[in-house]
Amino acid sequence: MSKDWPLWEVFVRARGGMSHRHVGSVHAPDAEIALRHARDTYTRRMEGISLWVVPSAQISASDPSEDAAMFDPAEDKIYRHPTFYDIPDGITHI
Amino acid sequence: MAGTESEILFETLLRLGDDSLILGQRLGEWCGHAPSVEVDLSLANMGLDLIGQATHFLNAAGEAEGQGRDGDALAFHRDVLDFRNCWLVEQPNGDFAQTMARQFLFSTWQEMLFGHLEGSTNATIAAVAAKAVKEVRYHAELSAEWVIRLGDGTEESRRRMADGLDWMWRFVPELFEMDEAARQAAEAGIGADVTRFRADYDARIRAVLAEATLEAPSDQRPIVGGRRGHHSEHLGHVLAAMQYLPRSYPDATW
Repeated sequence: MSKDWPLWEVFVRARGGMSHRHVGSVHAPDAEIALRHARDTYTRRMEGISLWVVPSAQISASDPSEDAAMFDPAEDKIYRHPTFYDIPDGITHI
Repeated sequence: MAGTESEILFETLLRLGDDSLILGQRLGEWCGHAPSVEVDLSLANMGLDLIGQATHFLNAAGEAEGQGRDGDALAFHRDVLDFRNCWLVEQPNGDFAQTMARQFLFSTWQEMLFGHLEGSTNATIAAVAAKAVKEVRYHAELSAEWVIRLGDGTEESRRRMADGLDWMWRFVPELFEMDEAARQAAEAGIGADVTRFRADYDARIRAVLAEATLEAPSDQRPIVGGRRGHHSEHLGHVLAAMQYLPRSYPDATW
């Protein structure tokens, strides 16, 4: 049965104010059942307070064969990290 | 029969606990056999919710009885004639459609029952009902979704759901039976007068069947008696599997 069902990616919001995070996937015939399958599979132990499901087929992914062009150029750009500033004494929450 | 207050309470708690226990055991039979791993988890979750309810109700029943029996003793060391569950919950799983037909007819009723029992004069019943009604609302919704999808699905799924409903339909009237013990419990404020939500129940069942494009099965001769220990041949087999281990190895722990 499940092989006939489309795959859905599942996102769980753990607490108010947090973003939804990807936790896995479920098979389901439609979005409503996908939400229930996600609830029964991924929130059995109080993992979340909100669920999203997205058809896996709707996700556009980067091409692994393009990894070099996509990601390697970031490797030597350490100046993009905000670590070159002197933080004055007495500044908190940074 | 004019029971004492503790006798009425014991009987009421047994009926509530046995319904949840037997249906929980039935759903547990699906473990590892469901059509998909997601459905396997859905069924096991529902079964565990029901066994949790049974634990509360039967432990309280043991206290009301005052003979030193706890929930485990009542679940695993009682014989079939002493069980007080309705016929619906002991019916065989059949295929997935039959299981969902049973769940839909039972959980819709149990949700309304627990809604009324939140106002029980017995604090334990009121507290368990208030907690469990949220679990049961989910069971009722999920099973209704499946009734709709299978009924309004393929030719085969439609036939299977119609057959499942046809099997279970004759056990619905028992859910609304008010025998002497049920009347006494309702008068004492412990139990619910189930006849008060019969019309709501019928309306909700019919609305879901309409969405599933299914006809309600024709009314058949109702079968009652589970509340007084008369059961189908199926219950003995359920108990044999459920009670084998604690009866064969009374001190077993794990």
